[in-house]
Formats: sequence, structure tokens, C-alpha cells
Amino acid sequence: MKANNPLIVVRDLSIAFAGAKAVDGLSFTVAAGEVTALVGESGSGKTVSGLSIAGLAPPEARITGRVTLAGADILGRTPRERRLAGHPAVSMVFQDPQAALNPVLTIGEQIVEAVRADGRTGARAAAARALELLDLVRIPEPGRRFSEYPHRLSGGMRQRVVIALALAASPVALVADEPTTALDVTIQAQILQLLIRLKDELGMALLLITHDLGVVAEAADRVLLMRDGRLLEDRGVRDFFDGPRHPYGRALLAARPGRRTRRGPRPRLADTSAPCLIGGEGSGAC
Amino acid sequence: MLTIEKLRVTHRTRNGTVLAVDGVDLTLRRGETLGLVGESGCGKSTLARAVMRLTPPASGRILLDGTDVTRLRGRAAAPFTARVQMVFQDPAASLDPRYTVARAIAEPLLPTVRDAAERARRVAALMDDVGLARALADRLPHQLSGGQRQRVAIARAIAPRPDVVVLDEPVSALDVSLQAQVLNLLVDLQERHGLAYLFIGHDIGVVRHMADRVAVMYLGRIVEIGDWSDVVDEPAHPYTRALMAAAPAANPDAGRAATRTVLAGELPSPFAPPPGCAFHTRCPLAVERCRREAPALRDAADGRRVACHLAPAPSAETNPAQTNPTEANNFRPLRRLP
Repeated sequence: MKANNPLIVVRDLSIAFAGAKAVDGLSFTVAAGEVTALVGESGSGKTVSGLSIAGLAPPEARITGRVTLAGADILGRTPRERRLAGHPAVSMVFQDPQAALNPVLTIGEQIVEAVRADGRTGARAAAARALELLDLVRIPEPGRRFSEYPHRLSGGMRQRVVIALALAASPVALVADEPTTALDVTIQAQILQLLIRLKDELGMALLLITHDLGVVAEAADRVLLMRDGRLLEDRGVRDFFDGPRHPYGRALLAARPGRRTRRGPRPRLADTSAPCLIGGEGSGAC
Repeated sequence: MLTIEKLRVTHRTRNGTVLAVDGVDLTLRRGETLGLVGESGCGKSTLARAVMRLTPPASGRILLDGTDVTRLRGRAAAPFTARVQMVFQDPAASLDPRYTVARAIAEPLLPTVRDAAERARRVAALMDDVGLARALADRLPHQLSGGQRQRVAIARAIAPRPDVVVLDEPVSALDVSLQAQVLNLLVDLQERHGLAYLFIGHDIGVVRHMADRVAVMYLGRIVEIGDWSDVVDEPAHPYTRALMAAAPAANPDAGRAATRTVLAGELPSPFAPPPGCAFHTRCPLAVERCRREAPALRDAADGRRVACHLAPAPSAETNPAQTNPTEANNFRPLRRLP
């Protein structure tokens, strides 16, 4: 594979739940070594798109289209089926580390379990690999943390464990769904920096799903803007912030609070008028 | 109008006692927005709960227009309860799932507005006030969007015609565009009703947008307080500086996560706060004195107050002949919306 070949190619991806279209004809590519941000509000279809790329879409989802990973067709296959077929792994990092970790297993047990999912690694080698992974995500004193339970860790440390779990399968791509949203601002910056460093060290592709344009400005190389299941923009991050072409992108940028200057009145924030799915006609609330 | 004096709040847990709020002094003026920022566990929500008198303080006082309301209970507390209201972060959790919109908004009116027809009129007016269509009156919370639910919570809070509303992360559960709408609504309501807001948040962008003054909390103490533009744009305390630097950049040219310096480590355990300045374990500037001696909140340049041994003292010209260094003396009139 050539260096700038796309690692993941998504063509005409559509996802429907009980007849309702969540994603409608989505096409984009993700390159290795790049941070591609999939941006949109709740209900835009960004999360379910990420789930289907990672092979984790719920079974009731009706998925059509084509997703290839380094040329191999992976759409509709679970991570296990992909592994058995010899495809490289795509792992997922979720928003809420509390929910992503098993409260009754130690950190070490959970990572060992993930490492041994390949069916080839022995217990001793898996434990060594687990310690290595904890070190890789820069958890201090990995030996001590190994035998601790998730509730003993702070939110930031838990998210590091979740990232270590995602790395257990030696993925070539990481789908991170709002990985910093549940964290404090100082810890957000640490986790974002960690994800970018890991992407560089391990040569992965990083698909960053977020609604936070600050995170996009900090981390993304490319921006994919979604709304109502459709792709509105696919541009380099500087181009996007210099002036999105789509009115929705412009409205989103203008809706960010905090653009206030020292002098002058508090600016009014833009209303992006997302259509309300819950019948709030004329309510003005959504 | 609302004054907090030397407030200390402790939590007893199985693992010992935590001093969640450690001697906080604050004043909130009529019609202003005071932003309160800090990391999870810094005590900002405990402080809000103490102001709401949901958590009794270990010591200190809360004064409303000069009246000590700290320990009022029952009937004596009722007039003051109405004057200080709160909006919580998650409207899905703060609203009763079995109450319709109209009933939820009517509930806080029950003790004072006995006439049902008058109450219905007030509910309709409140719904207009917060931008909820009257057609939504019979909906249940699960039939509303997140933004609509937060509007119901705001209508409930302003129903008793309060002077102070404590807003605990009121938009952090909402999408960016809904955030903008709810923030615009809060600004409108403040203008219309002369409300004072204690605005608690961890999103610097939101606090920057809303606040007239900003107070920064670290491990139960205020470490810096001042005019929003000074605190946010030219922070004096090293912790404030780190907090502001950690906030995501506005555009890719302003900062990239891969290259920036981020504050290392996490908030120390409140069970065993570090000696001296609580921030010295993470502070890039810490000197020997910081490890021994806790800095008091004192006047610094630009009329702000900073709890740091290293912060420069006010120069003579910016603070002429200051004899009584209280927060009130440092207050500068703030620019309001036209």
C-alpha cells in the first residue's frame, strides 16, 4: 500500500432503523496517520457510522453500501469475523469510560481478556502485553494499577484504560466517539494529546467523532461535516475554519460561545435551526 | 445582594472527612453573572448546593440582602427559598417524568398562587417567557427535546420570581446549537427580570460568553476572582492560566493539541490536600514558600483578587490609596447589552 492511499474507504453507506434512515449515502475516506473528524450534532448519524466501520453496529440496523479496510470488504462483519478472516482490526473508544469498563473485573483482567481474544496468546504473554499497553497510554505505576478496579481510578485514568483496551487488538485504525466529552477540560487536553501521539507512534488512522468544534480545531487534519445522515462538507481543517461552504457549517461556527471581545456587548449566538425530530413544531426550542 | 462569608462545607464519608468548600467569600450583585469555574471535585457544585441550602455548611454565613439565611428552616425560610432558585445540568433527571410541562411549571407556584385560573395564566406567561409553544403544555418530559426540557427547568426556576438563579452547568448536556439558544434565552431573561446568575461551568467558552466576573476554584478555595476579560484573557494565577490554556482553541491556527503544553497530573485527593498552596504539586512556578504556606486571596493588579504568593501586587496608580481592600472596592461597572 502506498503511503497516501486511503486506509478506509466508505462508499455510499446507508444505515436504516425500522425504515428510518439514520445515514444516507455517505462516502468518504480515512488515511493512515491522519486525524479525520466526523462532526455533527446528536442525531446526525455520526456515531452509527463510526459503529458500522468498527463492526459494532446493532444487529437491527439495515446497512448497505461498501466499507473497505486496506482493500478488504469489512462492512457487516463483527470484529471477531474480521479477525478470523485475517483482516486488520478497527477498534473503538467510547465517550463514557465508566460504562465501557466492567466494574467487577480488575484493570489487568480486562486488558488481558482483550489481548487473549485473538485465541493465540498465553496468559503470561497477555499479562506482559497488558502492562505494556498501560505504559503505552502513560498510566503511572502500571504494575499497581493492573490489579485495581475501575472505581479506584479517576475519569481521565479510566479513559486511558479504555484506550489501552482498544489498542489490545493492535488496530490499524481507531474510531474515537466523543472521547473527551465526559472529562474535565485539563484532562480533555491530556487525552486528546495522548490519542494523537498514539496515532503517530503506531501509525494508525484516527476517526474522531465529535460535536465539539474546539476539539476539531485542536486535533483534526480533515473535517467531515454531517447532518441528517448526509455529508455536507469534506475539507481540510484550516479550510473549514477559514470559512465553511455550507450554511450549516457557518452557523455551527457562529454558534460557539466565547467569541466575545473585551469591549462591546455580548454577541448573540447564531441559531442553527436543526430540524426537530420530536414534533416540536413552532416551539422555538429546537 | 447575595453574600457568602467564610463558608466551609464538609462531607463525611467512610474514608474520612473532606473539606469540600474551604473558607469561600463571594458576593453576587443584582443583575450580574458570576462565573464559577474549576475541575470536577473542586467544590463548585457543593458551593452551589450550600447556597441553595441543600447542604448545611460547617461554618460561615450566607446573607441575602444582609439577612443571614444560613440556618433558616421551615416557614421562616420560605420567602428566601423563593428568591434563590436553581437550574441543574441534566433536565431529564431534574424533571418528574410523570408531570406534564404545565404541571411541572405550576408546581413551584402552588404555595403562593392559590387561584387555579391565575396559576394557569402565570404558567402560560412563563411558557411564553422561555419560548415554549403553548401546544407543548400537555407533553411529558420524554416527549420533549433536550433543549425544550431545559426550558421547562428554567421556567420552573423563574416561576417564584427569584432574584438569584444558580445555574449548574445548564448547557453542558446540550448540542452546540441548542447551547446557543439556551444561553441566548438566559441572557434575555436576565435582562427582562434583572436576575443575578451564579453560573457554574467547566466550559471556558460558555463562561467567557456569559460571565461579568469569573471566580476560579481549586480544591475548595477561590484562587482567582475578577472581571471576566482579565481572568479569562490575562489570568494571574498559574492554575487559571493552565485552565484557560487547556480550553480547546477557537481555530486550528490558535493551537494544536499535538504541540501544546498541557497541565500534567490530576486534582490531588481532597482527603489529603497538599500542604501549603494546594496547587503547588502541579504548578510550573512553585517555589519553596508555596510548599509551606497557603497563600491568602489578596488584591492584585487590575482590581482582581488572587491567591498566589507570586502574583504581582497592585501598582499604586491602578489602586490609589486603597484602605479597605474588599471585593466591593474592586468592582468596576460592567458593560451590559444595549
